[in-house]
Amino acid sequence: MSDFRMPSLGADMEAGTLIRWLKQPGDEVKRGDIVAEVDTDKGAIEIEVFEDGVIEELVVQPGEKVPVGRTLARIRTAGIVPAPAPPREAPQVTGSAAAGVPAGAPAPPAPSRAGAPPPTRVAASPAARRRATELGVDLRRITGTGPDGAITLADVEGAAAVAAAPAPAPDRQQAMRRAIAAAMAKSKREIPHAYVTTTIDMFRATAWLRAENQRRSVEDRLLPAAMLLKAVAGAVSDVPEVNGYWVEDRLQASPRVHIGTAIVLRGGGLISPALHDVDQRDLGAVMRGLSDLVARARSGALRGSELTDGTITVTNLGDQGVDGVLGIIYPPQVALVGFGRIVERPWIEEGRIEARPVLHASLSFDHRAVDGHRAGLFLAAVERRLQAPEAL
Amino acid sequence: MTDQDLLALVRQSLAKVAPETATMEIAADAPLREEYDLDSMDFLNFIIGLHKATGVEIPEIDYPKLGTIAGAVAYLAERRGQT
Repeated sequence: MSDFRMPSLGADMEAGTLIRWLKQPGDEVKRGDIVAEVDTDKGAIEIEVFEDGVIEELVVQPGEKVPVGRTLARIRTAGIVPAPAPPREAPQVTGSAAAGVPAGAPAPPAPSRAGAPPPTRVAASPAARRRATELGVDLRRITGTGPDGAITLADVEGAAAVAAAPAPAPDRQQAMRRAIAAAMAKSKREIPHAYVTTTIDMFRATAWLRAENQRRSVEDRLLPAAMLLKAVAGAVSDVPEVNGYWVEDRLQASPRVHIGTAIVLRGGGLISPALHDVDQRDLGAVMRGLSDLVARARSGALRGSELTDGTITVTNLGDQGVDGVLGIIYPPQVALVGFGRIVERPWIEEGRIEARPVLHASLSFDHRAVDGHRAGLFLAAVERRLQAPEAL
Repeated sequence: MTDQDLLALVRQSLAKVAPETATMEIAADAPLREEYDLDSMDFLNFIIGLHKATGVEIPEIDYPKLGTIAGAVAYLAERRGQT
């Protein structure tokens, strides 16, 4: 038996409110399965289990706010033959629980039990069903525009956009602001920040990207952001100490490269979920992953692991028209890469002055974990990779 | 598809990436990226939405032509007329 506890979804999180369970006692779970939704200062987050087993008992009920580390459920771990699920009433959502559900969050699912009449199946395309699951959209609340009123992919995406439309309530915005403030203040208080910067010639990278996008369909096109993430992931292999955590007074470098990506939320605030294993993906997969992450961040469908797994963070303010940014490290990580806009500037090449697209890049690093020399080598490695974009 | 249909479709695609625009008055010549704070991903998704709804191929080099509501409607009308 093991305890499934309220996870810490960031250095700044102290407590979370259970929105709903997605599993019931007797349900089998596998490592990585999403079992519950939790409301935090940064919005509703899906949380996963980290071992195989069977849900034995739900200790916390929807609507309850509990501190990080408190047991939420008990799980019979793998290897034990699961007993049939005991008949039990579905948990009732109390008034206080309902109040804990943020605006736009899907309604709790109808209990599914043996003997209960099967729910009416909503007519929807498979793609629409898949997308609805990804975005946490309740198909029963959508009016379909397809044949015979079937729900289409566009209907689901439209419903998700509308659900995300209301700006966060003032108290939620304040809570998010406080959470960001706490994390940033902690970082600046505890981490001895140092910085290196460089300007990168983006002529080859942008020319390659233009040509590559010409041969790709609209839906498969790449953004420079995807190239930058790949370049960072590649550079980590040259300077691995920028990728990991400072814990217990020492660096714990990570063998995997999960890049936290700062995403601005349309209602205000920001969040930095991790794109997993960027070094193992090709550019197209990085682009698809980034697009999916942005969509889920803005529709409140992130998973807990995405908020905790980041091993290095990238912030890209190019769209905001700034030349560069020196960011604050997200603890316990030890480095943050900042990119500005790609903009034409005078550039000297073989003694000639030319107009070239250039990019300001910076590395904010924890000087306990990384030396300035190595930080410089890291940015040089990012630059080198951007000179050979076809190999990214 | 009339210009009115195209206008509705452009507004719909914009609302998918910037939901707050669904109920707003939008000047036909307002620069969408600046006015509605669309980042590169938002704008790409706006273009993808237009492509999916109309079938029109929109090369990257033409993106600036779709930077306003009026520009997007005119572009789609022209490209649909050509096909």
